[in-house]
Amino acid sequence: MEAIFAQLLNGLDKGGAYALIALGLTLVFGTLGVVNFAHGALFMLGAFCAVAFRELITYEIVTTDPEQLSPWGSPLEIRTPIAQQYLGDWGAVIIDYSVPLSILLAIPVMLIIGIVMERGLIKHFYNRPHAEQILVTFGLAIVLQELVKTFFGPNPIPQPMPSTFRGAADVGSWLGLTPGAVTYPWWRLVYFLFSIGILSAVFAFLRFTTFGMVVRAGMADRETVRLLGIDIDRRFTLMFGLAAVVAGLAGVMYTPLLPPNYHLGMEFLVLSFVVVVVGGMGSLPGAVAAGFLLGILQSFASMTAIKNLIPGIDQIIIYLLAVVILLVRPRGLMGRRGVMES
Amino acid sequence: MTNFKKGISRRRLIKTGLAGVLATGVSPYIFSRSAFAQEFCNAPTGDTVTLGFNVPLTGAYADEGADELRAFELAVEHLNGEGDGGMIPHFSSDALTGNGILGKRVAYVTGDTQTQSDAARDSARRMIERDGALMISGGSSSGVAIAVQGLCQEMGVIFMAALTHSNDTTGKDRRRYGFRHFFNAYQSGIGLGPQLGDAYGTDRRAYHLTADYTWGWTQEESMIAATEALGWETAETVRTPVGAGDFSQYITPVLNSGADVLILNHYGFDGVNSLTQAVQFGLKDRQANGKNFQIVLPLVSDLMAAGAGNAMQGVFGTSNWYWSQQDEGSKAFTNSFGAKYGRPPSQAAHTSYVQTLLYADAAERAGTFYPPEVIRALEDYEFDGLGNGPTLYRGADHQCFKDVFVVQGKENPSNEFDLLEVVSTASRDNVTYAPDFFEGELGPYDPAMC
Repeated sequence: MEAIFAQLLNGLDKGGAYALIALGLTLVFGTLGVVNFAHGALFMLGAFCAVAFRELITYEIVTTDPEQLSPWGSPLEIRTPIAQQYLGDWGAVIIDYSVPLSILLAIPVMLIIGIVMERGLIKHFYNRPHAEQILVTFGLAIVLQELVKTFFGPNPIPQPMPSTFRGAADVGSWLGLTPGAVTYPWWRLVYFLFSIGILSAVFAFLRFTTFGMVVRAGMADRETVRLLGIDIDRRFTLMFGLAAVVAGLAGVMYTPLLPPNYHLGMEFLVLSFVVVVVGGMGSLPGAVAAGFLLGILQSFASMTAIKNLIPGIDQIIIYLLAVVILLVRPRGLMGRRGVMES
Repeated sequence: MTNFKKGISRRRLIKTGLAGVLATGVSPYIFSRSAFAQEFCNAPTGDTVTLGFNVPLTGAYADEGADELRAFELAVEHLNGEGDGGMIPHFSSDALTGNGILGKRVAYVTGDTQTQSDAARDSARRMIERDGALMISGGSSSGVAIAVQGLCQEMGVIFMAALTHSNDTTGKDRRRYGFRHFFNAYQSGIGLGPQLGDAYGTDRRAYHLTADYTWGWTQEESMIAATEALGWETAETVRTPVGAGDFSQYITPVLNSGADVLILNHYGFDGVNSLTQAVQFGLKDRQANGKNFQIVLPLVSDLMAAGAGNAMQGVFGTSNWYWSQQDEGSKAFTNSFGAKYGRPPSQAAHTSYVQTLLYADAAERAGTFYPPEVIRALEDYEFDGLGNGPTLYRGADHQCFKDVFVVQGKENPSNEFDLLEVVSTASRDNVTYAPDFFEGELGPYDPAMC
């Protein structure tokens, strides 16, 4: 029982990341009709906003102490992060909380990247076949990857979580199970709650604001909305920016769980597309439900008992499920009639 | 008309012919052991000799690769008589004089193995065929080392393996043209076993997470043998993909497995990630079977300790070498490396540096670059002064035998580099095993033209 519960928990944080990326993908597809293969790169760019922010505040000011020697006999170099040099203890706190604080940088940066991407490239491919959209956005993803590789190098750059959230919560004892039987890292719980918060905010925005209502109307029937004199294209551009922000924030908060490198986006992109397909193209609730479902399923497939029964199942379970779902429900779990069915 | 037939007998013809051969200057080649000087791959013809350094600059072992490259560059400097000479003045052999190798200035080319066997072979082949590399060194993954070692055997180019720890490198996959200075997984088990018994007792259940390739398999096998010899049980062995990044799905099942020790047969970024994630899951603060839960990282480096931070504190492992060793050779190397790069060398850097010196020394002692002669100079070679005490390069399997260091993550590091502590040493005698303990064939000495 404890083992099953532990695996269930473990699937939630990864499922959260899948759901956030898949939500953005679905938003872009639902509003603009574009299959955006660069969406994973937006997740990666968000993660590198966290890296850039930390590198900025931990830029080292080097002084030497002639009184002390290094192990190789030269005067000892004392390196002080710039934030600590000028802000003292507050600087240390800012460095400790660099990951959540980098959200403040990521929101405007990702919004601008999203809008520039849509206005500069994507809009030229609205009425082109999906194959061409895939090719051009995939190419864009590679360009973004290589840019990040040039500036940050090819290797993963670990980002520490705030010290308050290090260690694990005894989730089992909260639920009346044997104390210590189910422990779960605090930051993973934070990530799960964060993803729920972002998902709720996006749904609330679409559901309860006039802007959201117009966007939903546009997703259902763009031409009619246009005939009503509403500039739906401008709203869709902003939705592209919003999708970029959602992917970026998912990337920022994921950095303490997986040190980001330049191809982080590709690793998540493929799985997120499977999530979108399983959830149903164009269905926002479908994308979210499928994200969590596949995250949890992948976690269960890693259980020793299951892996002993079917070796390697943890590596293929998501794709296996996608095949089964598409055979049984060709439109995915919550897919709408007419989407991608020209 | 002259009757030639009558004038030249068979004996005279042979005599005359032999005299002619001698007179035309062939004799020095017949009677010199350099007779075959041009009959091997990339025989140096100019005033330089090119070495190929094939290291991972990307992938799971990229940190180690970058440090290996620093050490190779330093070794080349010292061989060419630049800098302070590093370990050369302390080396038991006096064949190296700072005049390159056999009077030829040392040049080098580099390649990125990407921590992948195919990429590593392509890179090594390029260095041999295009750049004329006479010797290849590098590694940082046993899969890579074994693949490149096989290629070097085919092409007749000596491979001085750097960081490779699988038993197979000098076991079933040993090659005549391949040499390993680094220790192996079996020796880690022999060194670490008694320390684990002393620290954690004899009644333990161990759960293994293992990198799914040759090194991980032999590391797991060796640790199971060492811990079961103590009386421990093996609860479970689980294979994980190299470069998995997120190990949470593999760590979660450990919680309810009944194990009280987690043995992480991971290295490089994988070791850093799996260790920090295991600590995030609270394993180090956990009680299981009435005991404190423990984590063991059988092969550890200071680069990994730096990456893992506090998670490394108190964790046991083994190391081929550590920069705080107090012998003169180690101190000289640490000083050279620290002065040049502002950081102490890792064990990967040390073995890379030493392998480069050992190749150069063997060529000097052989008096030729001809690979079979260099190989013979390395085989059963006993040396000292390179940081590991008296060391034997055993001819039967091309494995070095020397002391093995058992290390532990320091609880209170005095500076950012002071991360590990050598807590015990397994003597060379203890970690020496019979040449046929692992089955394998070295293959022929025959040189090849590439």
